[in-house]
Amino acid sequence: MTTTAPVMAPAIIDTTVHAVEHVAEGVVSLVLRRADGRDFPAWGPGAHIDVHLGEDLVRQYSLCSAPSDLSTLRIGVLRVPDSRGGSKHVHQELAVGSSLAVSAPRNNFPLADSRKYLFLAGGIGITPIIPMIEAAEAAGREWTLHYGGRSRSTMAFADALVARYGEERVRILAEDTEGRMDLQGILGMPRAHMQVYACGPGGMLSAVEDFCMGWPPGALHTERFVADALGAGANSEPFEVELARTGGTVTVDTNQTILEAVEQVGARVLSSCRAGLCGTCETRIVSGEPEHRDAVLTREDKESGEIMLVCVSRAAAGCSRLVLDL
Amino acid sequence: MTTSTHEPAVLAEDPFDPAIIANPYPFLARLRDAGPVSWLEATGSYAVAGYEEVYEVLTDFETYCSSGGLGPRDIRKDAGWRPPSILESDPPIHTVMRRALTGVINPGTVRALRGPFTPPAVELTTELAGRPGFDVIKDLAEKYPLRVFPDAVGIPDEGREHLLPYGNMVFNAFGPENYIFQQAFAHGDEHAAAVMKSCARESLDDAGFGARIWDKVGEGLITEQQATLLVRALLSAGVDTTVFGIGNTLSVLSRNPQAWARLRENPTLAKFAVDEALRLESPFQKFHRTVTVDTTLGGVRIPAGSKVLLFIGAANRDPRKWGDDADTFSFERSSSGHVAFGMGLHQCVGQPIARLEMEIVLQELLPRIATIEPAGEPVPIIHNVLRGFESVPVRITAA
Ligand code: HEM
Ligand code: FES
Repeated sequence: MTTTAPVMAPAIIDTTVHAVEHVAEGVVSLVLRRADGRDFPAWGPGAHIDVHLGEDLVRQYSLCSAPSDLSTLRIGVLRVPDSRGGSKHVHQELAVGSSLAVSAPRNNFPLADSRKYLFLAGGIGITPIIPMIEAAEAAGREWTLHYGGRSRSTMAFADALVARYGEERVRILAEDTEGRMDLQGILGMPRAHMQVYACGPGGMLSAVEDFCMGWPPGALHTERFVADALGAGANSEPFEVELARTGGTVTVDTNQTILEAVEQVGARVLSSCRAGLCGTCETRIVSGEPEHRDAVLTREDKESGEIMLVCVSRAAAGCSRLVLDL
Repeated sequence: MTTSTHEPAVLAEDPFDPAIIANPYPFLARLRDAGPVSWLEATGSYAVAGYEEVYEVLTDFETYCSSGGLGPRDIRKDAGWRPPSILESDPPIHTVMRRALTGVINPGTVRALRGPFTPPAVELTTELAGRPGFDVIKDLAEKYPLRVFPDAVGIPDEGREHLLPYGNMVFNAFGPENYIFQQAFAHGDEHAAAVMKSCARESLDDAGFGARIWDKVGEGLITEQQATLLVRALLSAGVDTTVFGIGNTLSVLSRNPQAWARLRENPTLAKFAVDEALRLESPFQKFHRTVTVDTTLGGVRIPAGSKVLLFIGAANRDPRKWGDDADTFSFERSSSGHVAFGMGLHQCVGQPIARLEMEIVLQELLPRIATIEPAGEPVPIIHNVLRGFESVPVRITAA
């Protein structure tokens, strides 16, 4: 599902807004084409792009188009009231024909092959789930989606999903009429060979993480939304990792984890889940600032800046070099 | 997945025969050669010996359930000797217990134990390094976990002498009610009563994992009975296993002098050494699952209600997974993926604690001991399901 060949992606791809559509109250979908008319680089379900919305204003948005069609990319953007940032810009200033600089697609939320899937989406967190469902459907896998939102009118793509896949598998839950998602009902009975993919706001994901402690380790995969876009920016450029013990420096490409990069140069790090869930790959940081993406370290651990889980976590935005005790 | 099925090979040998227990690997190789799944006449169960098949059973907890017990009897029909533990439960009962336990024991909370777990290791290894040799089991492996683990759980000093005999009972009961079982259960009531007493809220120190588990009763996640059972689970599963883990790791290393030298040069390899030793000499060698629906495994049709006996020690040395040198210790291989801690739903909750204990012991030994070598034949323990030694004598030179 993920590409392994290190693609030296061009840092920026110039695109033109091909279509703008209001898909729900406060949500627009943008369809982008490359300015040079070529195809976008290949991507898999769960991928996102960086969208450059102006000086120092970069936001990450999940792709919700079909990976099989590389002539366009589609993102969904939620308008957040009072946001100084990206969503306001998208909603007020972009129109068909506008130019927009984006990055090549990258994936921090790849879909692993599994016999069964459970998809959980909260609000605009539905976006990365859409291509995942398509992939699961195409592979003939058993799947169910639970999609919660404030009210039905704010829930992007809800009607289209129900129309396409039916109410049996697409469970829409609008909070104002039906209340919150019943996570106990949904997650209280773990199933064998089922992977859980959840995307939504922090509060929902924390509750999902709590319930999934009763699931097999590694069954849950999450991606968090903060305000209007994906979690606070990690370094979207390649960065360097210096191995303090063994000597040497390795470049970690944008589509590679630190773990993969250091393993390629022969460094040994004990790993198990390789998904930020088990804590096995914990590594001491000698210097540099990490962007934590695991579900293991406590807040204090994360804030201490002394350790990181190298299978998922990266260098923070503005940190081009991490020195690790390896 | 194979679609065609065949009759399983039938084996007459009894895996619980003391002679096989004392030297299990030749038998495990014969078992694997007979096929990934075969029929054991002696026990009336299916033996699962291939890595892929063991992995499948462990991860498909719907087809292969745990509520029938980890022993040969189906405890759903025929109540076991004690109320079922987390290990002997299925979702959704398992789910709340597991949530409570992982909320308490996880890499974050275990990291804080490195501080308190280190001084006893320093003290023990300093004393041992001053001798010409010692017994890895009696002088170190049996001592260290008892010095650190009961404090981490927060149980009173009184009654700790019952922990090892109790663990011995619990694990031996995952095998048949043979002579080994009966030996383990001598004075059984006394040990069980003492351990149960330590699990009560009022017995537990406010700072330990035990009290944190009881907090989950207040949060409404589990019942008082479940809290007692979870503390009991820690006390039953957390002592013997690490004694055997430490003993087995050092017994492997004492037979691999080059590995010891390499570790001394690069102590960060300690984690790998522990992992590879656990693969090679897995402490928890075998346990059962109960089949819930007619199924096919390794080309063999298995009817609902059957017991399958998983051979962890065979899976962890399966050449199809680990290569032709599966029987040797190697730093070059990646041992991740081994099933010494199980896999999936019931995967060992205590894994971070067990790894921490083993790593600390090794890290404190390495700078103090220049060479370690066998000073006699190790004496294996005759135990139904755990693999370990009564005694592993070694000769050392201090650093
Ligand atoms: C080297 C040491 C250890 C080994 C080899 C080991 C091995 C295992 C294995 C193979 C299982 C899974 C059994 C199954 O699938 O039915 C397991 C489960 C378990 N272990 Fe460990 N263990 C070790 C140390 C510990 C420690 C130190 C603790 C306590 C802190 C512990 C507590 C548990 C518990 C509570 C379970 C049940 C989990 C569940 O059913 O969800 N273990 N262990
Ligand atoms: S390998 Fe599991 S957290 Fe990194």
